[in-house]
Amino acid sequence: MVHRRWLSWWAVTALTMLILGPWATVASSQSSQAHAHASALTLVTTQFQPITEFADFQSILASSPAPTKAVYLDAGTLTTQLTAQEQTHNVKISVIAGLHGDFPPFVAQGFLQDLTPLLKSLKSRAFPASIVKLSQYGSKTKHYYIPWMQATYVMAINKKALKYLPKGASINSLTYDQLIAWGKAMMKGTGSPKIGLPAGPTGLLARFVQGYLLPSYTHANVTQFKSAAAAKMWQKVKDLWAVTNPQSASYNFMQDPLQSGEVWVAWDHVARLINAATAQPNNFILVPAPIGPKGRGYLIVLGGMAIPKGAPDVKAAEKAITFLTTPYAQINTLDKLAFFPATGVKIPKVLPAGIRLEANAVSAQAQSKVSVPSLLPIGLGGQGGAYSKIYTDTFNRIVLNGDNIQSVLNDEGSQLQGILTQTGAACWLPDPPSHGPCHVK
Amino acid sequence: MSRQVAVSAPGEVRIPRASPSLARKARQQAVAPYLLLAPTVCFLAFFVLWPMVRALLLAFQSTAGTYTSASFHTMYHDYQFMPSLKNTLILMGTIIPIEFAFSLAMALILQTGLRGRQFFLYCWTIPLAISDLASGIVWLSIFTQNGFLNSALVDLKLSQNGYAFLSYQHKLSLFFVVIVAEVWRSSSLIMLILSGGLQGIPKEYGEAADVFGASFFQRIWHVTLPTLKPSIRVALILRTIVAVQVFAVVIALTGQSLPVLGSQAYYWYVTYQNANVAAAFAAVILGISILSSAMYLTVLRTPAGVAGGGR
Repeated sequence: MVHRRWLSWWAVTALTMLILGPWATVASSQSSQAHAHASALTLVTTQFQPITEFADFQSILASSPAPTKAVYLDAGTLTTQLTAQEQTHNVKISVIAGLHGDFPPFVAQGFLQDLTPLLKSLKSRAFPASIVKLSQYGSKTKHYYIPWMQATYVMAINKKALKYLPKGASINSLTYDQLIAWGKAMMKGTGSPKIGLPAGPTGLLARFVQGYLLPSYTHANVTQFKSAAAAKMWQKVKDLWAVTNPQSASYNFMQDPLQSGEVWVAWDHVARLINAATAQPNNFILVPAPIGPKGRGYLIVLGGMAIPKGAPDVKAAEKAITFLTTPYAQINTLDKLAFFPATGVKIPKVLPAGIRLEANAVSAQAQSKVSVPSLLPIGLGGQGGAYSKIYTDTFNRIVLNGDNIQSVLNDEGSQLQGILTQTGAACWLPDPPSHGPCHVK
Repeated sequence: MSRQVAVSAPGEVRIPRASPSLARKARQQAVAPYLLLAPTVCFLAFFVLWPMVRALLLAFQSTAGTYTSASFHTMYHDYQFMPSLKNTLILMGTIIPIEFAFSLAMALILQTGLRGRQFFLYCWTIPLAISDLASGIVWLSIFTQNGFLNSALVDLKLSQNGYAFLSYQHKLSLFFVVIVAEVWRSSSLIMLILSGGLQGIPKEYGEAADVFGASFFQRIWHVTLPTLKPSIRVALILRTIVAVQVFAVVIALTGQSLPVLGSQAYYWYVTYQNANVAAAFAAVILGISILSSAMYLTVLRTPAGVAGGGR
């Protein structure tokens, strides 16, 4: 009997603990939160994943007048956390520093503050107008982020590959046809395919299709999606894939296979190539992306800083953002993290070897006469992810699965039209301007 | 479990010469099981049931929050949906029987008086302590292009450049690698459940079978397996639910080359930023889990009153 009484006691105690436990946790976290307010604000970033890069970012932030604690979260976790915090009216994130493509879900749900007043006070930073327009996500008056940093995509070349370069080809004005011929020569010469593309789960291949291939072949990235020129381009992509290392389907960051020598020629985001260039500046060269029949398509990557609604300390958040747009922070971001300034600041002449390689390639790409610059999608609201999925799926279906080109283009094209019609997004560069939603021809 | 409690409670009431105080005690005892279960029930309701209901609701909502079946429509028309459903079912259909056979063999070996079986037990349970992502990475280091297996093949002159086990072009070897990794990772869990069940079977049954001249396999088939049914049921339900959710091992080993329901739910949430379609994928996973559990519960039912029915 005594034994049974004990059991009941245990049950009651367990129930009490279950009820009190969460409350105690909430209470203690609130008191620790209050303490944290006094010391530092929380800046969440979706960038700088390798820990060494993150440490460099923290060292830049250390000079901020508003003490700032940086936290890395991948885009998915950030969405979950911010949604939970906004829905419980218990926001703990003061600044979100992410890429243009990270913000659409938050804009769609109304989680971000309008930063127009802050933007006006930062007029002296001379943000390029095209970039400021992107931060509006189709809104007429609101600006959801302050421009933070830019980057683009280039090609990295191992110097060993140069001896296979086709006759008459120049690495700074390579065409896609020459790239394919080069790939063939390297494959013949070495016995294994030496071109690499980031087609892995978190690779940026969709950007290669949107901002590089399609504009180079069709001078558009939406309106000509299912045109004959696009179909011809996909045939070329299949030819390119035939001389590309099949492991590309699992590459996310091209700097790794470049450094191991698995591939010799690769296209990727500059920040995902820079380790190869800084580790072995004498073995690698960085060059602009190839040229197609309609010119050299290229895409600008843009990072921005936003403040969520209900952020604990808006004044301090604005201070931290203001600091990150100062010439000091902008130049250090280039120097240490390989992202270019998003302000009008002058880039210094003295730079580390890897960064210098990158800077040359980037300016060659932007200044060339044949360049067809693409903007990131404007006005797609929360559909930015679905938009990119169309380009990845098209690639996978045509190139990896070998499906019929035109029927895939028709199918995916109608899905693309669905997104454009649903969001009412007008065409953006390099497509010609449209009245009303952009139309896939 | 609950049946066990329900059976023992009325048994306790049959105390002779019931006095008022004894009756009160009996009443308290009838309440006690529920009190003991209450914390678990509260925990499950709060941390499992509620999120599950919310996720299910999310699948039937649009991004704006209105009720619609659009997410299921999008999911069904995603060209990856059918391959991922097919791959998930193929993995379930191959991993579970292989693993079950392995685990049963391991559990039976542990039952015999084999020398050093304690040592085997420790070795076999090592994978239990490793997270699924970690075990995926362990196998990745074996099967990747320049991994242990390929370097061994090249060193032994069995292959010139090794074999691209994880290439999207080799669907069969992708399946093979995932199956090997999954079987390695979770056979020990099934083995533990089965050997727990084996220990509950009275020795006399086996001895009786021996007296009647049963062979080893006859004994397994007619005595061990039927009496082990409740444990088998638990093991199969647990393992099937885990198999439908297969995710980390597949992602680590194959990336996007082998789409499964779990990985598609992940990509829809993280990469395509659409929680509603991700929830629709999760709803399909839930549906398959419920169906398979219901099937096991019906097919592997132990008729009431059969000895060894309760574990």
